[in-house]
Amino acid sequence: MLGEGILKGLVETGRNFFGSYHDPGRMTTVQFPEEKVPAKENARNFPFLVFDGNDPMAGLRCVACQICEKECPPQCIYIVKDAAKKPDYVGKLQFQPKVFDIDVSVCMSCQICVEVCPFEAIKMDTHFELSNTDRFGGLLQDKHKLAKSNDYYRKIHPTDAAEVDARLAAEKAKIEAKAKADAEAKAKAKEAAAAAPKPAPPTPTKPAA
Amino acid sequence: MIIALLKGLFLMIWKVLGDQPDPKADFLAALPEALRVLASVVLSVVPIMVTFPLLFAITTLLERKGLGRIQNRLGPNRVGPCGIFQPIADGLKMITKEDIVPRNADQLVHFLAPIALVIPTFLAYAVLPFGRHLVPINLDAGILFFFAVGASTELSVFMAGWSSRNKYSLLGAMRAIAQMISYEIPLIISTVTVIMLAGSLSLVDIVAKQTGFVGGILPHWNVFTPWGFAGFVMFLIASLAESNRSPFDLPEAESEIIAGHLTEYSGFKYALFFLAEYLGMFAVSGLAVTLFLGGWSAPLPYLDWMPTYVWFMAKLMAIVCLFIWIRGTLPRLRVDQLLNFAWKFMLPMSLLNLVVAAIWHFTSVWSFPGELAARWLLCAAMIAIPYVWLGRALSGDKKSTLRIYRFAD
Repeated sequence: MLGEGILKGLVETGRNFFGSYHDPGRMTTVQFPEEKVPAKENARNFPFLVFDGNDPMAGLRCVACQICEKECPPQCIYIVKDAAKKPDYVGKLQFQPKVFDIDVSVCMSCQICVEVCPFEAIKMDTHFELSNTDRFGGLLQDKHKLAKSNDYYRKIHPTDAAEVDARLAAEKAKIEAKAKADAEAKAKAKEAAAAAPKPAPPTPTKPAA
Repeated sequence: MIIALLKGLFLMIWKVLGDQPDPKADFLAALPEALRVLASVVLSVVPIMVTFPLLFAITTLLERKGLGRIQNRLGPNRVGPCGIFQPIADGLKMITKEDIVPRNADQLVHFLAPIALVIPTFLAYAVLPFGRHLVPINLDAGILFFFAVGASTELSVFMAGWSSRNKYSLLGAMRAIAQMISYEIPLIISTVTVIMLAGSLSLVDIVAKQTGFVGGILPHWNVFTPWGFAGFVMFLIASLAESNRSPFDLPEAESEIIAGHLTEYSGFKYALFFLAEYLGMFAVSGLAVTLFLGGWSAPLPYLDWMPTYVWFMAKLMAIVCLFIWIRGTLPRLRVDQLLNFAWKFMLPMSLLNLVVAAIWHFTSVWSFPGELAARWLLCAAMIAIPYVWLGRALSGDKKSTLRIYRFAD
């Protein structure tokens, strides 16, 4: 009958109205500045730079390749390469950023910088309270502010971090194994080279022979 | 003279609170002859201009709190204990905002529209009987006056929409005009039933006809008759549409046309529109109370000792709470649904209700045992059967089928 649905709806909202007074489980919101809901694992707000170890500047994974700077749609990343190189996680010498700035007021949280980074150096943070009283300096975050440890990354995005860690470890193991194999091969070659001269002495002895 | 004036003022307040006749007499008697008419007018107008804007402030808070609870939220709770000072904060915000007028707007009409809206809404209160002795003016054609000033709000809504020179404003105003004109007809026809039965256009007489109790317990209100109940429901629906409230808030549909005719208004002018909207809602609720819910009369005989204006305001607030409840429940209609509902359902039903009221009136001469039950049955069937039939015919054979999303998966 006409109007039946309206009455049903009115009963439902009426139940919500009275229920919200005696059943706290119904409440869908929290009192924000005092209470906070823990961030969801897939939440993302603003990028940060991952570093390994204890020293943020020495452990930065960023190699200043500037791919993120070029890909960033609103152009909020600014990178200057440093002339000095530093070793990366496998010990290979890489470039490092002298300046790495991201402008909070320009960033649109698209995560494209994260997608394009081949070095797992930039990731999205779940922290969202970025408001600042200084709208020029305060909203421009430099590399010291952006650097956050890998432990922090593991904490906020456990699944992603575990996958990244596993991949990096596998890569490192592979490189190390290769290095080892190379070393072994080299050692063998050396040995061979060392062994070769042994028959070599007879060569000079050939004329002698 | 000052002592006489103070005494008159004191007596006036005393008489108003005590619900006694002619409260202004002592105060006016202490004034010189030339000032009496002016003073009398001011004394009638000022309480209305104070009470209802205050009620507006309270209602905004009540509405936000109520809607919050309906959506399982707490609602505003930051300003003052439990958020009770929220209306003050809102008001301060509105007043301190910059008043922006678009460069291409028609400056004069843009400025006049909010004023032309607020004045008629205040005028509508002039004829409402707030209590047994609290009637600003007892006009012989009170209802006619009420609808005449009420209809002029349509003009100011269109003034606002047209003068803003903005497509959203104009669309909103067009919608508002279509809606208000369509729903004005069922609104007025459903009041005509009351006028027919009361035999008077004066709201004071209509309330007086509804005092007393049937069998010493059931109040003699119009809503407790078949035609009165149907008329009341239709009046409420039409008044929801008249006051542009959800589910009939198409003129201001945020998701479609930003804010309709309010798009280009800011600051105090916007606040005036908002005020007029709520004042219009209170006025039309007050009229519903007067026409169908017995105005200021008490709902039970042994509650007669309470002041009559308390009952009027209690009933008015009950209707306002119902409006808030409906706003929290129903989604917005589409334009075609809105107009179809007005012309294909509300109009035939309200016309039928006229016939039912006439039958109720003419069958009052019946005098056989069980005549009341027979009248009730006849009139109720005359409303219920067409209601069900019309409802079925209009909802048609639109069976809801499982929707298949061909491209979304």
